[in-house]
Amino acid sequence: MEKMSSWLFKIPPFKQLRMSFGVQRIMLIVGLAMVSSFLLVAALAPRLAPYGFAQLQYENGDYFGAQVPPNSIHLLGTTVGGFDVLSRVIWGTQTAVMVIVVAVIMSIFIGIILGLTSGYFGGWIDRVLVLVADAVYAFPSLLLAIALSIVISGGRSGLFTGILAAAMSITVIFIPQYFRAVRAETLRVKQEAYVESAKVLGASSLRIMLRHILRNATRTLPLIFTLNASEAILTLAGLGFLGFGIDPTMGAEWGYDLNRSVSDVSAGIWWTAIFPGVAIVLVVVGNTLVGESLNDLADPRLRTRQGASVDELE
Amino acid sequence: MNSNKDLLTVTDLQVSFSTDQGSIAAVSGVSLSVGQQEVLAIVGESGSGKSVTSKAILQMLPDTATAKGVIILNGNDMLSLGASELRESRGTDAAMVFQEPSTALNPVFTVGWQIAEGLRAHNKNGKRLSRRAAKAAAITMLERVGIPDAKSRVNYFPHQFSGGQKQRIVIAAALALEPKLIIADEPTTALDVTVQAEILDLLRSCRDELGASILLITHNMGVVADIADRVAVMFDGKLLEQGPIREIFSNPTHDYTKRLLAAVPRIGSTTKPRFEAKGQTPVVSAVQLEIEYPGRLNTPAFQAVKKVSFEIHPGEVVGLVGESGSGKTTIGRAIAGLTNISGGSLTVSGHQMLGFKEREFRHLRKEIGFVFQDPASSFNPLMTIEQCIAEPMSIHEADLGPSKIHKRVLELLDQVQLPTQFAERFPHELSGGQRQRASLARALALSPKLVIADEPTSALDVSVQAKVLDLFARLQKELNFASLFITHDLAVVDQVADRLLVLYGGELVEEGNANQVLANPQHPYTTRLLASHPIPDPDEQALHRAVLKSLQ
Repeated sequence: MEKMSSWLFKIPPFKQLRMSFGVQRIMLIVGLAMVSSFLLVAALAPRLAPYGFAQLQYENGDYFGAQVPPNSIHLLGTTVGGFDVLSRVIWGTQTAVMVIVVAVIMSIFIGIILGLTSGYFGGWIDRVLVLVADAVYAFPSLLLAIALSIVISGGRSGLFTGILAAAMSITVIFIPQYFRAVRAETLRVKQEAYVESAKVLGASSLRIMLRHILRNATRTLPLIFTLNASEAILTLAGLGFLGFGIDPTMGAEWGYDLNRSVSDVSAGIWWTAIFPGVAIVLVVVGNTLVGESLNDLADPRLRTRQGASVDELE
Repeated sequence: MNSNKDLLTVTDLQVSFSTDQGSIAAVSGVSLSVGQQEVLAIVGESGSGKSVTSKAILQMLPDTATAKGVIILNGNDMLSLGASELRESRGTDAAMVFQEPSTALNPVFTVGWQIAEGLRAHNKNGKRLSRRAAKAAAITMLERVGIPDAKSRVNYFPHQFSGGQKQRIVIAAALALEPKLIIADEPTTALDVTVQAEILDLLRSCRDELGASILLITHNMGVVADIADRVAVMFDGKLLEQGPIREIFSNPTHDYTKRLLAAVPRIGSTTKPRFEAKGQTPVVSAVQLEIEYPGRLNTPAFQAVKKVSFEIHPGEVVGLVGESGSGKTTIGRAIAGLTNISGGSLTVSGHQMLGFKEREFRHLRKEIGFVFQDPASSFNPLMTIEQCIAEPMSIHEADLGPSKIHKRVLELLDQVQLPTQFAERFPHELSGGQRQRASLARALALSPKLVIADEPTSALDVSVQAKVLDLFARLQKELNFASLFITHDLAVVDQVADRLLVLYGGELVEEGNANQVLANPQHPYTTRLLASHPIPDPDEQALHRAVLKSLQ
């Protein structure tokens, strides 16, 4: 157990948890609690959700009915299409997690490889890659996402292609971020004497990049990762809201539900819009809290420490 | 010692820092005093708390620090002053001179503005000094610290001055409000030895002509001998002893002080036999070597090394001496294939370095070991010491197999006198001296013919430096490798080198047997370099200083 916990405290968010203090610690704990309950709900969705995400009928064949207010059978009511709101919200976490995982993994890998090569070799490779990254940066991200989702899936599609479309469009937007972070760190680490020393020993460029630079250049990635995760959810929701998301029969997706509930709001039907909206807000806030705390804790100048002020010692 | 007359008295000062590992005491129970027109030098190794003590006086400690005790400066109890009184006191009662002049000055303002800033921040007789008057005062200050042509150079920016001039400007800014106490934190550490002598002269005139007291923080016993009236020795946050300079130097009471004084290298104190190489093919031979750094657009290339010729023979230690910017590191890097040469010829182990190609040179890299200046940054922080030392073998002799490499690593650790259990530690868990030993072990891993040591001891404390130099000399004798030992410190090179090369402005100005060069320098620059090197003995240094004066 002892060994387990010491190991646990070495990986990013938990390592920072141990050195945090005061308000920063509360922020981090709240954020971690929100993120972990989000992940837990996603993992247990089949058990937690009372109905399926595309279910319209009870087992006996009766329909749920559209826009039913919250009651004991449908705790959060039903939507205009006749789906159970609670079930849609719970199943929606799964879609969100999948999109985040696929998008962030793809962009991290591509971003790291490009950033390392660009920073280490420099020269024309570097110039071209930086130019492309800047161009992608300058592009309105949602427009790019829409364009890509049309290219990949013709606009509307099933669960897997929908997720892939959303994930890939997010990937394209995120690659420049990872690229820049890793490139900047590579440029810094490249100057260090231990890289020079490896060069004097006759190490090959590949060995220097993988053994000496990569592991020392990834310290900002957990931070970008958490901040990007919330941006990924927002982009997915935006795509869904604009009608380029996942078909409701293929997967639950909060943005789509919000889109369908627009007309409900003026008719006084509040339950169809509020709950998916709140789900988006909670996940984004949780991720952002973790990301921001990691950012503050990573910088010793921003980090508050126990007993730092005079009066506390006296 | 009359305490009424003392300008500064510190009584039982305690400073602790809160860190991630809890509270750490940096200074515990330090009491000292500085009299009028007195120079008190606080000496100690890095981490001894000497800088923290000096910062506590003006309450310049970071937020994470807590100070307790009594500090009376010019009648004010500094620890109980409010923010505005403290601000009033800074600059007028005491001013600071920092270690690194290039970072102490703001690069986007003219030096005149920066000197005037202090003047305009303090309202004398309730009125703010006018801009014009402040500038006139800045010009006077610049003249006083010996900046030529002060009237026009007051409008220059910091980058237009040399390092020594920048330190003069920092001192001018500190002197602007005529403070009674100047706190100088390692004011000459970042400077060349010839410039150091000038800055110390300037500080001495601040005391003699302006009547200021000086609190000097330094680790250099030569500097102490040159300028201090009294010395306080600190170790591990505690004050070990303090007293008049002659007493401390001639009759130290504390063991640590004795050890510290014994460890200070002195020119001409070694009995090292100088090895004379005869008739063998040199490991390195340079003929009319030239190295250029390309200039920016429309500026000519900077010539770092100009037509330098020398040879390094097997088994010989060649000391390469020069000030910053003299091109000594550039030559070392060129031999190691880190910098391309632009003209002449440089042969390393029979390989011509003109038109350098990494692929052709790579197999020769195992014949060269390199020891870097800063042991803190020359190891990958994420690799264990064993992995670091094993790296040359896993690159060039990967077929040895892990068990043989492991055995060799332990052997090497033993050779550099490090305990074998250090193999599993990470670089940050070692002290500076231990890391430099590990660095030596890595350089020797493949039994190289040539070891290039680039200022290997300049980042170390004196006592540690002595041990590392000793180890280097012993290993060199045992393994008989040739070595290029790059340093700015004549006393260090005296301990290890057989032959000396003196570089000045990219040119080789003197070359010869180490004894001869140090005892009887031929070139005027070498003479000046030797005369500027302070001797860690107050009486000898006074004579030595007179010699330097006569040279100018």
